[in-house]
Amino acid sequence: MRKVLLFTVLMMFSHQAFAEDFFANLLRFKGVAPVKNDLYEEGCSECHYAYQPGLLPKRSWEKLMLPDELEDHFGENAELDEEDRVEILNFLVENAADTSFYKRSSKINRSIPDDVVELRITEVPYIKRKHQPMTDKYVKNNPKVKSLINCNACHREIDKGIFDDDTILIPNYGYWSELDDD
Amino acid sequence: MKKFLILAAMLSAMPLLVQAEDGGAAIHGLMDKYKAEGAGPFSAEAGKKMWTTVIPHEKKGEMFTDRSCATCHNAPPTTPGKHKKTGKEIAPMTLSSFGINKKTGEKEPRFAVEKKVRKWFKRNCKWTYGRECTPQEKGDFLAYFKSL
Ligand code: HEC
Ligand code: HEC
Ligand code: HEC
Repeated sequence: MRKVLLFTVLMMFSHQAFAEDFFANLLRFKGVAPVKNDLYEEGCSECHYAYQPGLLPKRSWEKLMLPDELEDHFGENAELDEEDRVEILNFLVENAADTSFYKRSSKINRSIPDDVVELRITEVPYIKRKHQPMTDKYVKNNPKVKSLINCNACHREIDKGIFDDDTILIPNYGYWSELDDD
Repeated sequence: MKKFLILAAMLSAMPLLVQAEDGGAAIHGLMDKYKAEGAGPFSAEAGKKMWTTVIPHEKKGEMFTDRSCATCHNAPPTTPGKHKKTGKEIAPMTLSSFGINKKTGEKEPRFAVEKKVRKWFKRNCKWTYGRECTPQEKGDFLAYFKSL
């Protein structure tokens, strides 16, 4: 029975490599869920990395994805067709941090006070705390990073939902696990 | 073996994929639509002029007096632009240049997909001018890109 189930789930992933990554991470439940959605990648990766839904709770995605909010998205216009907007919103909400049992998602979710709707991942208390060692020399003054919002500049396995120390390579500095100035 | 399997799977999925279009493939159809809305004829000269035109406007109590298409795309847009805020490079706006599809990492010709062009006209006009562009303006921009 378990084999049949596993097989069915496997068949759901058309991309074999993706299925492998998915299971490698799933078994550990450590990072955030490496879920994928083509429409989301298309509509939200043009200006920055398409952040995993598990990096913010539902209420944040719901606010970010309001038509008015998208029209003035951190000073930019990120408007979408209504059809696309609804599909992307559903994808984000279904996989949000507060619906996930992955370790990092739970930590993110628990660190945000209930009455706060945080629109920035970089302002989530847990994420902020974790990046305290990321001073200007690594980020702002580092031409290959520029801003903390460019997660994938340092987290080289982020597509798989993995954030472990040994996967963090800071451009112009090297692997975080080998740098000892924090 | 694994590689072969993946390749085989990709090949079998090929007919399902949308055929890659040539640069500029969407321009003709879009111009026809703008004409049906009463616009035309289109002028590359007018598009060129509009490209660097600043239309001061107010949004949520803030005045914007320095925004033009060149803010992100450069003028002339035959050279790469740079996104003002994110610093990401934007490929030139010529028919022969290519953007990178973020999803597949593959090259993507300019003005090839109608939906993409419509989406960015809407976003960028509102951001730049505080309003959507008219069919005439959009047609002029396309004529300008074609002339580059
Ligand atoms: C037109 C460009 C553009 C598009 C398209 C876009 N964004 Fe953004 N996004 C930005 C900018 C600019 C910022 C702020 C960057 C900064 O502060 O340096 C941002 C920031 C964010 C942040 C907060 C990052 C942080 O932690 O500080 C989230 C979350 C986000 N965007 C989600 C989305 C989603 C979801 C979509 C798709 C609907 C999307 N974005 C599409 C430009 C864009
Ligand atoms: C300049 C490089 C850099 C950028 C950009 C960056 N991070 Fe990090 N991140 C780090 C480093 C270094 C650590 C480990 C800090 C420590 O605990 O010593 C870390 C830790 C983390 C952790 C905790 C991992 C753990 O092992 O506990 C998470 C989750 C995380 N980052 C998510 C993000 C997200 C999401 C973004 C984008 C919004 C981001 N990071 C952007 C460098 C970066
Ligand atoms: C805030 C930055 C910004 C401004 C200002 C801006 N654009 Fe864009 N534009 C972009 C980005 C980002 C893209 C998508 C990335 C890409 O296609 O390389 C884009 C894409 C486009 C596309 C789609 C190209 C294609 O290949 O389908 C058109 C058309 C376009 N812009 C026209 C304009 C016009 C006309 C103006 C002025 C009214 C303008 N843009 C102003 C950032 C900007």
